Amino acid sequence: MADSKTAMSTPVIEVNNVVKHYGSVIALSGVSMKVSQGEVLCLLGDNGAGKSTLIKTLSGVVRPTSGDFLVEGKPVTFNSPRDALDAGIATVYQDLAMIPLMSITRNFFMGREPLKGIPPFRHIDFKHCHTVTHEEMRKIGIDIRDPNQAVGTLSGGERQCVAIARAVYFGAKVLILDEPTSALGVAQTSMVLKYIHQVQQKGLGVIFITHNVRHAYAVGSRFTVLNRGKTLGTCAKGEISIDELQNMMAGGKELQTLSDELGGTI
Amino acid sequence: MAQIEQQTTVAAKPDERIRQVGFLTHMMRRPELGAVAGLVLVVVFFFFAADPSMFSLSGLMTILAPASQLGILAIAASLLMIGGEFDLSIGSMVAFTGLIFGALLTNFGQPLWISIVFTLMLAAVMGAVNGQIVIRTRLPSFIVTLAFLFILRGLTLVGLKWATGGSTELRGIEDVVGDGLLRQVFSGVAFQPLFNWLAEHDLIEKFDNGVPKVAGVPVSVLWFVGITGAATWMLLRTRVGNWIFAAGGDPVAARNSGVPVDRVKTGLFALTACAAALVAIITVLDAGSTDARRGFQKEFEAIIAAVIGGSLLTGGYGSAIGAFFGAIIFGLVSIGLTYTQFDSDWFQVFLGSMLLLAVLFNNFIRRKVTGER
Repeated sequence: MADSKTAMSTPVIEVNNVVKHYGSVIALSGVSMKVSQGEVLCLLGDNGAGKSTLIKTLSGVVRPTSGDFLVEGKPVTFNSPRDALDAGIATVYQDLAMIPLMSITRNFFMGREPLKGIPPFRHIDFKHCHTVTHEEMRKIGIDIRDPNQAVGTLSGGERQCVAIARAVYFGAKVLILDEPTSALGVAQTSMVLKYIHQVQQKGLGVIFITHNVRHAYAVGSRFTVLNRGKTLGTCAKGEISIDELQNMMAGGKELQTLSDELGGTI
Repeated sequence: MAQIEQQTTVAAKPDERIRQVGFLTHMMRRPELGAVAGLVLVVVFFFFAADPSMFSLSGLMTILAPASQLGILAIAASLLMIGGEFDLSIGSMVAFTGLIFGALLTNFGQPLWISIVFTLMLAAVMGAVNGQIVIRTRLPSFIVTLAFLFILRGLTLVGLKWATGGSTELRGIEDVVGDGLLRQVFSGVAFQPLFNWLAEHDLIEKFDNGVPKVAGVPVSVLWFVGITGAATWMLLRTRVGNWIFAAGGDPVAARNSGVPVDRVKTGLFALTACAAALVAIITVLDAGSTDARRGFQKEFEAIIAAVIGGSLLTGGYGSAIGAFFGAIIFGLVSIGLTYTQFDSDWFQVFLGSMLLLAVLFNNFIRRKVTGER
């Protein structure tokens, strides 16, 4: 069903049967998933399901023990996060996206500073940087007075948005968002979710990792559920209800019983 | 009531998310603010407590000469601290590179330029080794460089005894260096003609025979100012500067963004060692000798100057200009006390208090900057 929309184009990222062992610990024992342009794939799973390891694999931090990893249909091997970035895969980590003591501009261009001038006097083109930062922030509705202000002064939601805007600006094809809403309040969460939707409209592929089913259901086009290092299944939005998704993620019917006891609050 | 409400909405209009940034807050964002305030305090104190001759030209030069030597180390130390690491071996590095430099000139009879180049290169390699050990073992740089503090100090003693046949002081460097342009770059005073001219026109103090009391500006002061400028430009304007802040601010986030954190840190360790070698070359040429106690405790003084200059011990924040002022404060206090009624034994008390104040102040500022509560 869901594939009818995306079947024509090759998925931007596709992994098949990825396995990752840390010594004797099996973190991933055969995970398969794919994401195409213009869709939000939600990766759901409880703690220890293997979400973090999967992200680390996709973003080049760790190398899988075995399995296929295809970017736009071609098999790839990443040796560092830089390789993944160059392939257009940008990862926004929950709390490691920005450096609080540095200015918004410096954070925005960190690792990709535009230079001008002749070699011994090459320096960062700060005028250009400030203009771009201001403009990009305005686009996502964060009106910063001074791009020189430290990122630490921004709220958690704003920081996530700045990190996403940075990835988009630098031409990411796929965005991996690692629990971007888990530490945020209601208003901030809706701000981030709105922006994720906006990014999807632009035609980027988004992998949205969360364990909050409501957040996932709000923006997701497809849902892949992980459990104990394996893919439990993938469903499109129309095929599954929010409650079924919750149960699938919790790995059984027990939660339903608990939910009934608590009056349907989970 | 309605009027008040209206006023608040109008005031909040430009941006409802961020409060108006006051001039004071804006100034507080500059890391060197504490050092400038400290400098003003210290100058005011000595202005009233010290003999006026302290603020004469010759008095100032007496303060600036040691301050500049410490300052060269302090600037390198502050860059390394911003990058998130420490180097406790710089004092011993001064002694060790001083020995290498002296031995190359005397025992091996090398010309000055070869001795200088070789000393700087050796320092860079040793600094890089320090850095690589820290990075590969993931041990705190504090402990790794503490080991080198003793290793290098010990090697200096052993080496000096070998080079001199049993003494802890290597003399006779003056005789083998000769006089040349290269030597003038690293020792003596600059702007002599200017000072002579000023003395002739009675603009500065002179002796009865017409020779100015201050012959010129010590070259170490020029190096100090030049290095401050270069370091500031590098930190604030270049890509490497951005990487230094990032590596110290949060190495994981920096690495995730594609910053070569390990290379930046190794480079900073090499740079710090080179600064130590530069100070060694300047002081050895000035004194014409080197001994085992060269650079003793300079590692602490350099770190203190960097902290007074606003560098955070946790990395990611600080400035080279701050370290510049930190070193001058250091020089003012250490030399200045001799111009006052106070016993100069008070120096260390003063220094410790200054350090404590600076750290408290820096923490306060950091919270202000990041909006932490």
